[in-house]
Amino acid sequence: MKAHMLKVTIERGPDSRDVFDVPAHESQTVLDVVSWVQQNADPTLSYRFACRVGMCGSCAMMVNGVPRWTCRTHMSKVLKDNAVTIGPLRNLPVVKDLVVDMDPFFDKWVGAEGVHHGSLTRDDPIAAIDETSETRVEANAGIECINCSVCYAACDTVAGNADYLGPAALQRAWTLLNDAKDEGRVAILDAVSGSGGCHNCHSMGSCTTYCPNDLDPMTAIAGLKRETAKSFFRRGR
Amino acid sequence: MRAAGITSRAHPLWLAYILHRLSGLGLALFLPFHFWILSLALTNPARLNGFLAFTDIGAVKLAEFGLVFLLAVHMFGGLRLMAMEWLPWTPPQKTLAAGATALSFLIATLFLMQAV
Repeated sequence: MKAHMLKVTIERGPDSRDVFDVPAHESQTVLDVVSWVQQNADPTLSYRFACRVGMCGSCAMMVNGVPRWTCRTHMSKVLKDNAVTIGPLRNLPVVKDLVVDMDPFFDKWVGAEGVHHGSLTRDDPIAAIDETSETRVEANAGIECINCSVCYAACDTVAGNADYLGPAALQRAWTLLNDAKDEGRVAILDAVSGSGGCHNCHSMGSCTTYCPNDLDPMTAIAGLKRETAKSFFRRGR
Repeated sequence: MRAAGITSRAHPLWLAYILHRLSGLGLALFLPFHFWILSLALTNPARLNGFLAFTDIGAVKLAEFGLVFLLAVHMFGGLRLMAMEWLPWTPPQKTLAAGATALSFLIATLFLMQAV
């Protein structure tokens, strides 16, 4: 173990923060630090992770006020004066310590009609998809979302409006709207043009700035704004 | 707000957003006053002249620069927002558009500096 120690502040409630001295290592991630605290300093610390390689989207936390995947964030990137502050994701109810309740996030995913609207059965032949078509390119741009809620935590509109569906759910709605295999056009446009829908977005762009997968929910939401407006002027056609 | 604060706002898109909102708020507060002063031309010309005399003061001149700045910032903020939301830009196109705007602004400023 190196002599070098890091000062790690962990937010464990609105007014409660614990400070830990954690030994520094090379190529250490924020998740490594949280795990070290739980395994060596305070076994009561609750946090959530699974894959540790940026695939599952369960370890997102606020690191120095910025939502990040802790497993893919090196300490060297976030340390300020040898210290870091780690808190639970913003805009979601805290269950305990660094664990948030993701239910509102996933409920909105469904609320935005982020579900498959199929029309074929397993007996039908598989429909051919043209990978180069404009709509498929648009859909492909957003399908790598892994529901980590980093964009949702970054968004000030979500913070100010509890009904707002949020960047991830709206991006999925945009993806499905452009998916030739999805038949939910009317349902999706209805869902995203309501009071919590895409027109709440102020294009602050924090979703796009902080998406760890380099996705662009802000542009997807702009697409929904155009489609819902077109649909309105064509009276639903 | 939680203890760590929200430092995630420090990026150009969010700053463009807040500049647009604050300039709009500033103009909304100023414009009623502005129209009231203009109305004095009809209702009370002597009082209007009194107000116009203020414009010779340096600080007021500086404040006028501020107003023109607010107007310009708000107009370009609105144009930016409409272009961004209503036109299906790809990210490289957005970068090019921002670069072109910056370049034309630079050239315009150079001409202005030469004129001054």
